[in-house]
This record gives sequence, structure tokens and C-alpha cells, in this order.
Amino acid sequence: MTATVSLPPRSGLGLKPEHCRAILAETPDVGFFEVHAENYMGAGGPPHRWLTAIRERYPLSIHGVGLSIGGGAPLDRDHLARLRRLVDRYEPESFSEHLAWSTHDGVFLNDLLPLPYTDATLADVVRHIDQVQEALGRRMLLENPSSYLALEESAWPETDFLGEIAARTGCGLLLDVNNVMVSAVNLGYDPVLYLERFPMRHVGEIHLAGYDETADADGARLLIDSHASRVRPDVWGLYGHALRLTGPVATLVEWDNDVPPLSELLAEAAVVDRKLCEASARRVA
Amino acid sequence: MTSWSGRSAFAGALADPDGPVPAGILRGSSEAAQSRFAVYRNNVASGLVGALASRFPVTAAIVGDAFFRAMASRFVDGCKPTSPLLMTWGDEFPAFMETLPAAAALAYLADVARLEVAVSAAYHAAEAPPLPVPALAGIEAAALAEARLVAHPAARLLRSPHPVGSIWSAHQPGGSPADVAFRAETVLVTRPGAEIRLSLLTPAEAAFAAALLASKPLGEAAALGVAADGCFDFGQSLVAAVAGGAFTAITLKGPDP
Repeated sequence: MTATVSLPPRSGLGLKPEHCRAILAETPDVGFFEVHAENYMGAGGPPHRWLTAIRERYPLSIHGVGLSIGGGAPLDRDHLARLRRLVDRYEPESFSEHLAWSTHDGVFLNDLLPLPYTDATLADVVRHIDQVQEALGRRMLLENPSSYLALEESAWPETDFLGEIAARTGCGLLLDVNNVMVSAVNLGYDPVLYLERFPMRHVGEIHLAGYDETADADGARLLIDSHASRVRPDVWGLYGHALRLTGPVATLVEWDNDVPPLSELLAEAAVVDRKLCEASARRVA
Repeated sequence: MTSWSGRSAFAGALADPDGPVPAGILRGSSEAAQSRFAVYRNNVASGLVGALASRFPVTAAIVGDAFFRAMASRFVDGCKPTSPLLMTWGDEFPAFMETLPAAAALAYLADVARLEVAVSAAYHAAEAPPLPVPALAGIEAAALAEARLVAHPAARLLRSPHPVGSIWSAHQPGGSPADVAFRAETVLVTRPGAEIRLSLLTPAEAAFAAALLASKPLGEAAALGVAADGCFDFGQSLVAAVAGGAFTAITLKGPDP
């Protein structure tokens, strides 16, 4: 594998087509931009023109949502080849994907679906990550999922499962703090204890986002990982705790639905940068 | 040999909104499990419908959100994507619309959707510098009849008995439905730079452009234009097609395709 480059320990924003013009005109003080790989797999056109121009000015994270790393079937070789071309073209500071499956029996389901954590699924995930890192010639980050239910067959705690994957493959981890809150509330565990147990030394990036709240049929709180609002106060708090464990690390604000004006995203990024500054100060002190 | 025997049941239950939830879900009562599993069901269904809505925004604007979602859900039931590359999924959606009795009153709808397929393909097509109009000037009149044009990767031609280009334009920013006159239209879609361009062609220009895009020699294409309309202006139509960015090169001699 080639030498590791990494994202700066700064705020990052998801790149939205409607903001590209303003970003190029104003070059706001943001640490990096992140894009979904699958949106840049066309041959040409405006998406590549914008991304090329923005990549010249900012560090870049490419985040895949379609590899189905947690699937039982072999990875889609065509998709892996498309990823390789994308990574070669833009040379991003980071490539990440999810601990989830999205393809089954040749059908792409367009959602990040849960898997039980067992020795057998661990072997699948490890094999797939080896294959991705081999195909891309670089280390990838794997993201913890948001869960709405628990699967009976799981024999590993999620934190240990992720740590074991990182240890066996050499991959890094993407800690999605909103996903931690969503899963903790939905599955009934303590998000702080989850963080205490998380293998922080592998974390190369953090994600933050807004969740929606509803209730299940028993009236229990059910949080939905919607990426459609500001980061919730309890997630900011949990992020602060995570930073005490990781130190300053590149942090993305994800806002993919009901996308607001760029100014509102920049305000969220400014909060991230303040917290990262505090984390640096703590480290020095 | 499978690492999780429950995966097929999980995937199957996602596609069957009225069916039971898969076994092995830990959390609360069976009703709670149902409502929690419904989050995944909803994510899958709305994610795929949403992918179609972003590829067919004009179609969605014409029929409204509720109708579009109902129509798209039925398409998704029978035609799921086989690749994570959703930007190319849904080319069969226009033909599917034509099979729906509820959409029959909107005779133009499927052709508007076909134009949206052409527009999205042009949007993502490979980059190529368009042939500059002055390049035509250097060609001797005698050689012109045998010359052929090379189509730009983004160029698409769509013929419809409905005013699909005008309807599409009316739904762009600044457009107005009052601008639509009900007549047949042939639309040339190009993307010479970063912007999509739509050009409405006369029947003679359409015959000419279709022949050129199919790599026919200019003389043969011009004859088709004249056959469609005795007053067809070869020079003006050639300049218009090249200026629109539909071609990347001109070749003076070449084997028949």
C-alpha cells in the first residue's frame, strides 16, 4: 500500500451541486469537502468539472455508499473498478465506506442494511476490505452504522467487531457520532460507554449529522439517521466527549436532505472548528 | 455457503411491506419490531423512488409528488436496480409509464420522461471539445458531400408527436407553461460545455441531423433534408447543428459504417 495521506484535523462539509459556484467564488475557510463516490461515476459533465475545480483548492474525502462491504456475495468488480478510476483521478486524502450491506441477489437496495456480528460475517467483511484496499492501493476507513434494531445472532459488540476488522485488515475507522447516538437510543445502550469502548486509535475521520425523532409501536424513542437538519445538541455533547478520546480529527457535517444555504452549513462547520480548537488546546495543555 | 442464513429472509421482507418481519430481531414487542423494521423498508422504497425523482424532475413536477411516488413505486417493484450506479437506472421508466392507465390522459408524459433520460445521459456524458464552426470553411465544396461528422458523446435526438422540448423548457427556472404550443417536436440535446442545450428542429432539420448523428455522408443527409422539405437550407442547417455542439470532428473520407 502507498504512503498514507490524511485529512486535516478541521471541519469538512458534504459537497452539494447547488453550492459549488459559491464555494469557488468565495473559497470559504473549510478544512475539506466530502463527496459520495457514486455521484461522480459518470464519464464527464458538470459534476466532474465542479469537483476538479474544488479539489484543486481543498482536501477531499471520497465516501462510498454502494460497495456492500457487509454483504455475503463477492464485491461487484465493475463497481470496484469504477472506484479505482475515481480514486486515481482525484487522489483524495481519504476513502471511506460503511459496515453495512446494500446489494443482495444482484439487486441494489440503496440503503445501508444491518448485519449480525459473528465470526462468519467478520470473515466476509475482512475479505472484502482486503479486496478494496488491494484494488484501490490504499487504506480505507470503515464507518459504524446507524441501527434501528438488533439482530439476535450477533455475538460481538459492535465496537469490538470494528476493532477486530481494523486489526486484521489495517483499515482505519470513520466514527459517525450521530450514528452512535441513533443506535444507542434505538438499541438501548449508553452512547458514552460505546465511545469508551470504541477503538479510537484507528479513527481517521468523524461524521456528524442531524437525526429525526419518532417512536416505535411500543412508544419507545426511535431516532432516524436523516441527515436533514442541524446537528442535535446531544450529538454535539457526545462529539465533545469523542474528541477527548481521539484528540483533534477531521470532522464532517453531513446534511444530505433538505439541504440549506451554504451559509448555514458554514455555521455548523464553524462550531466544529471551535471544538477542534478546544481539543488541540487540551492536547497542548 | 453463506455467512448469515437470515440475510435472504431480511432482504425478502424488505420488499414485502405487508408481510411479517424476519425472525431474529431483538427489541420490544412484535409490533415494535414491525415498526422498527419499517424504517429499513421505508428507506429502501423512498431511496429508490427518490433516485427516480432526481432523474425525472420535470415528469415529477407535471404529475405532482403523490402521483409520481405511486408511479415510481410500481416501477421499482418490477424493475430494481442491479448496480449502485443510479444515475443510469430508470431508462425503462418512460415505457413503463405508457402501460399505466392512470397516466394515459397525459399522452405526452412518457416522451417528456424520455427527454429527461436523454438530458441526464448528456449531463454525464464524456467531455469532448465540440467542432468549431470555422472548421467547416476549410472544406472544398466537392469534398463536402462525402464528408461525415463525428457525433459528440452528449448529443441525443428525440422525436415526439408532443411538444416535449417546450414542456421541458417551461419547467426550467424562468420558464412558463404559457410558452407551450401543442404540436410535434424533435429535440436535439447537446452539452458542448458545462450546460445542457435543447434545440427544436424542423422536420427537415431533424431528418438531416439524424442522418449526421448516424455518421451518414453530408450529401446523403442533405438529400434526406430536401426530401422532407423542398426548401431545406443545407448550409444554414449544417452550421446550426455544428454551432449547437452536436459534433466533435469532420472526416473527409471514411468507410461505410
